[in-house]
Amino acid sequence: MSRETLIDLLYLFSATTFVLALKGLGSPKRARLGNMVAAFGMIVAVGATFFKYVDGHALHHVGLIALAMVIGFIVAVPTARYVQMTAMPQLVAIFNGVGGGAASLVSITEFVHVKATHPATYVALEVLLGVLIGTVSFSGSAIAFAKLQELMTGRPITYPGQQILNGVFGLGALALIVAILIQGSTALLWILLILAFVLGVAFVLPIGGADVPVLISLLNSFTGLAVAASGFTLGSNLLIVAGTLVGASGILLTRLMSKAMGRSLANVLFSAFGSVVSAGPGAGAEERSVRSGSPEDVAVLLSFASRVVLIPGYGLAVAQAQHVLRELAEVLEGKGVEVFYAIHPVAGRMPGHMNVLLAEANVPYEQLKEMDEANLELQTADVALVVGANDTVNPAAKDDPSSPIYGMPIINADLAENVLFLKRSMRPGFAGIENELLYNPKTTLVFGDAKDTLTKVVAAVKSA
Amino acid sequence: MGNALLQYATVLVLSIFVGIEIIAKVPSILHTPLMSGSNAIHGVILVGSMLVLGGATTHLQEVLGFLAVILATLNVVGGFVVTDRMLEMFKAKKPQAPKANDEVAS
Repeated sequence: MSRETLIDLLYLFSATTFVLALKGLGSPKRARLGNMVAAFGMIVAVGATFFKYVDGHALHHVGLIALAMVIGFIVAVPTARYVQMTAMPQLVAIFNGVGGGAASLVSITEFVHVKATHPATYVALEVLLGVLIGTVSFSGSAIAFAKLQELMTGRPITYPGQQILNGVFGLGALALIVAILIQGSTALLWILLILAFVLGVAFVLPIGGADVPVLISLLNSFTGLAVAASGFTLGSNLLIVAGTLVGASGILLTRLMSKAMGRSLANVLFSAFGSVVSAGPGAGAEERSVRSGSPEDVAVLLSFASRVVLIPGYGLAVAQAQHVLRELAEVLEGKGVEVFYAIHPVAGRMPGHMNVLLAEANVPYEQLKEMDEANLELQTADVALVVGANDTVNPAAKDDPSSPIYGMPIINADLAENVLFLKRSMRPGFAGIENELLYNPKTTLVFGDAKDTLTKVVAAVKSA
Repeated sequence: MGNALLQYATVLVLSIFVGIEIIAKVPSILHTPLMSGSNAIHGVILVGSMLVLGGATTHLQEVLGFLAVILATLNVVGGFVVTDRMLEMFKAKKPQAPKANDEVAS
């Protein structure tokens, strides 16, 4: 067996591990194993590549390759290991962005390289698509990162004629690609690179913070496609398989995610969701009164309940209050109160984010109920305790057709006998929409940092 | 030449179907780890980056290729480590014994 055949077989092995890994990641039991299988496949592929011949000679610059890998490794491991769990979405965004950047760089380098040797047209087309998609993914992810990290406003940034201008950027990029195919000019390639960069930024600016996770999933899919394009350029089946798998599954995943929010993908991408602070019926919202209570009030209410539903949201994670919340649940259970958590599919900043945060606090898996099941249970619950959630319990999604979140499935906290809201302030949630539930006569608000409040509640329940 | 292109196109089309088929029924709890895991998989661009740097003949190509390998390594390593960290959390539920209702306190 020749050396190239052996390497190709190893690549085939890697491609197989990727398929199996994606399959495994779809089931809670095999997910972790699946991820490890893919990592192993990746090591095999990278190892085999060191022995590959390019243009009839062994790899040049092996030292440089190793050095670059060491640099990447040294930066990536601590970042991925020690960043707060709450910052996970940003992290995925940035790792996706650099992947897109790498795909773009590979395509550019190959363009420069191929132009010197044999510029066949079809090669150039995928090269240009790789540059375009990879760069859009890179700059788009960078803006998504900035939005989630709150380096810039999470609100949609809009200006008149935005969609038209974006359309012009897009068409301009395609026109440039045609021009480069005809002319083969390297100068035009740099212009394409800049235009693609601007396009990525312009595309992401009007997307509000609450929708950014869906966007990251889409950009993830884009990077996959850029990698597949590089696979065509380099003649690598492995890159084509892996890139296309991610591209195709990513698009589907993006649709599933926007469906979980009750909206269409087009609505997520183009509606500048959350830019209008709801001008609905509550025009005089500021004037209306709310009922607020102390942690001790909460403790009394909870201690005498027989059934309590905890509804956590992103605010819980920000306040790092998941451990105290679990303690509260345990204390209450000790008193014979039935407790469980109601998890909205998009609670937190990404689907499943809340499950991860609660699992980190050792909340038993059986106490986590998904939305539909939770809504059934809520009808017979005495208390719904909302901690740092807002939009996911907003009844406007059910009753107010003028509300931007109308149609999104929510957790019906208002079904419970009493609703307790732990909030930092009256500020609306991430999507910037007023919440009617706050003014409901059943509702008691407790202002303050969720962790402080919960600590006080736990103490009060214990002494009660 | 045309043959190679056709072969790549075949692989592309089949992979699209596999990709869609594989994801079809995933519970929403796993959407995030799945996104993160597939994010790591497209880090396979590292292989492409190595080939490009390994075939570089000018300084420009060397610089671009070097950057590509760094970025791709970040993607691969960061992607797998983050995903593992998320999924590790899911495993932590195991040691908890089946819920006993009377005295689980502390």
